[in-house]
Amino acid sequence: MHLDVRLPIGLMFSIFGALLSLFGLFGGREVYEKHPLQVNINLYWGLVLLVFGVFMLVLVSRTRKR
Amino acid sequence: MHLELGWIDYLILVIYFLFVLGIGWFLKKTVSGSKDFFESGRSLPAWICALGFIGANLGAQEVMGMAASGAKYGIMTSHFYWVGAIPAMVFVAIFMMPFYYGSKARSVPEYLKLRFDEKTRGFNAATFAAMTIMSSGISMYALAKLLNAILGWNFHACIVMSGVIVLAYIFMGGLTSAIYNEVVQFFLIVFGFLPLVLMGLSQVGGWAGLVEKLKPVSTNAGFAPGAWTESWTHTGSAAANPMGIEWFGLAMGLGFVLSFGYWCTDFLVVQRAMAAKDMGSARRTPIIAAMPKMLFPALVILPGMIAIALHTAGTGNFKLPPKDGSLDYDMVVPAMLAYYFPTGMLGLGLTALMASFMSGMAGNVTAFNTVWTYDIYQSYLKKDGTDAHYLAVGRWTTVVGIAASMVAAYAAAQFNNIMDILQLVFAFVNAPLFATFLLGMFWKRATGHGAFFGLLGGTVAAAIHHGLSLPKGAVAGIKGGWLSSAMHTYPSEMAQNFWTAIFAWTACFLLTIVISVVTTQRKTDAELKGLVYSLTPRENEPGMPWYKQPVTLGILVIAATLLLNLVFW
Repeated sequence: MHLDVRLPIGLMFSIFGALLSLFGLFGGREVYEKHPLQVNINLYWGLVLLVFGVFMLVLVSRTRKR
Repeated sequence: MHLELGWIDYLILVIYFLFVLGIGWFLKKTVSGSKDFFESGRSLPAWICALGFIGANLGAQEVMGMAASGAKYGIMTSHFYWVGAIPAMVFVAIFMMPFYYGSKARSVPEYLKLRFDEKTRGFNAATFAAMTIMSSGISMYALAKLLNAILGWNFHACIVMSGVIVLAYIFMGGLTSAIYNEVVQFFLIVFGFLPLVLMGLSQVGGWAGLVEKLKPVSTNAGFAPGAWTESWTHTGSAAANPMGIEWFGLAMGLGFVLSFGYWCTDFLVVQRAMAAKDMGSARRTPIIAAMPKMLFPALVILPGMIAIALHTAGTGNFKLPPKDGSLDYDMVVPAMLAYYFPTGMLGLGLTALMASFMSGMAGNVTAFNTVWTYDIYQSYLKKDGTDAHYLAVGRWTTVVGIAASMVAAYAAAQFNNIMDILQLVFAFVNAPLFATFLLGMFWKRATGHGAFFGLLGGTVAAAIHHGLSLPKGAVAGIKGGWLSSAMHTYPSEMAQNFWTAIFAWTACFLLTIVISVVTTQRKTDAELKGLVYSLTPRENEPGMPWYKQPVTLGILVIAATLLLNLVFW
């Protein structure tokens, strides 16, 4: 029995993604006003991480079904 | 420079550590013998080995060093990838992996034993083992120093923390655990640094904007305006580019001797490919690794170039911290993290950085415990132990390896000079190594005496060359010129290093040939089967589609690298 490495990667990046995007949505706005590009990078990059994490988890579950 | 962390940053770090330890814990039950512990049971798919292959090599010193170098020398730093890595990675995959994976050798020193003799193996095993401990110790020291400087964390606590975590996951899961964590670290580095590069590029106005902003950087330093953004144009003479090296020294020293010496003979990386589940996967490992590797300059060098551009143009109040009248280039990455990442993303960026420090350490420690257990303990101390005995030795060697790394870390903190000297000595030992392997694999007449004394001769040649030359502006001592007053002055330290390697390689190559010719070959053709090119039947793997063949993939990778060189010429 082997651990599929995509499982911890998928889980970890989903958690990071969810955390960062929620923090970006509900956390204070002032940090982004001081930001050199004034973007809510936590929200946007959090979503990217979430998509990647979920994609990895989908791959894992498809392999398992087979 | 000081970074302020919020609760979310700490949370991200803690979650990462839990995953790292969790991976080790889950893999614990898959380790039932020494083969699982040291070789991952030779069971991993190529893509995992490939990402581990890059991850083990991509320590944080590399990440921070490449960014520093990007700021100091510009796009020429990419030669460490497009000249100094990719060709050698393709070569090891196509020409050398059949012998490493196909022979019964479990490590690179063991290959030397099978191909040459015991003394050649002993020499390589001992120097390699010492070097891995030192590199792991330096990684540890650099991590602790950095965390102390930017976060104010306690230096000793950082040493202990990083040591204990790496120890725990290797002790439980062995090589598989180290490789899995390297894969995790690979994705962390990509996702942690990509937003930095994207935001940086958008602020300087894309590549075109960066080229414009780097012109004053070049002219201020006394070079042609394109010196920071053109990789080959200014290599006609060493004086015309910031690296101080001309194209021949670059191609031969870095592109041939140093790069092939590292990628083709260093067990730290080769071990990852040898963990693959079959010959085809083992051969594809370095080539698959080469694909992201050739794009890594965008991830690790570009931030440095953007940083120096922003600093010089005074855009958006970005400043690099000063040091000794110049700039503290080693702080490029922390400065960029602090500038672009608010709390939240900062946690992710720091986690990526810490992950690469730890996987750099873990890579060295896993290579160390394999070489120690198989090549030193089993060969010289206890030949006839049971498999369970060697597994236990491997586990406890991990503890010893981490403890020794801590000692090395404190030695680095206390006596900067000793570490520099040791590193230099190891550079001398390594520079000629590729000549030994090249002759060993492709010339069946090369003998054990030839290999051993060739290696020694190459090492001595490296030391003599270094002792007689100096980089411009340096004083005699650790930088060279310690034998007599310098007979030759190089325009830069890098040029001196590259030429030291060229001399060492050439001496080893010629000496091995001469000594082999005058000594008798003790190995029979039957013993050398599977170890030497001309005596090994060609592997043709039936049923492997053409696009999966290592040769096809290798040609593709080389063509793409050539294209990158031309685009950024």
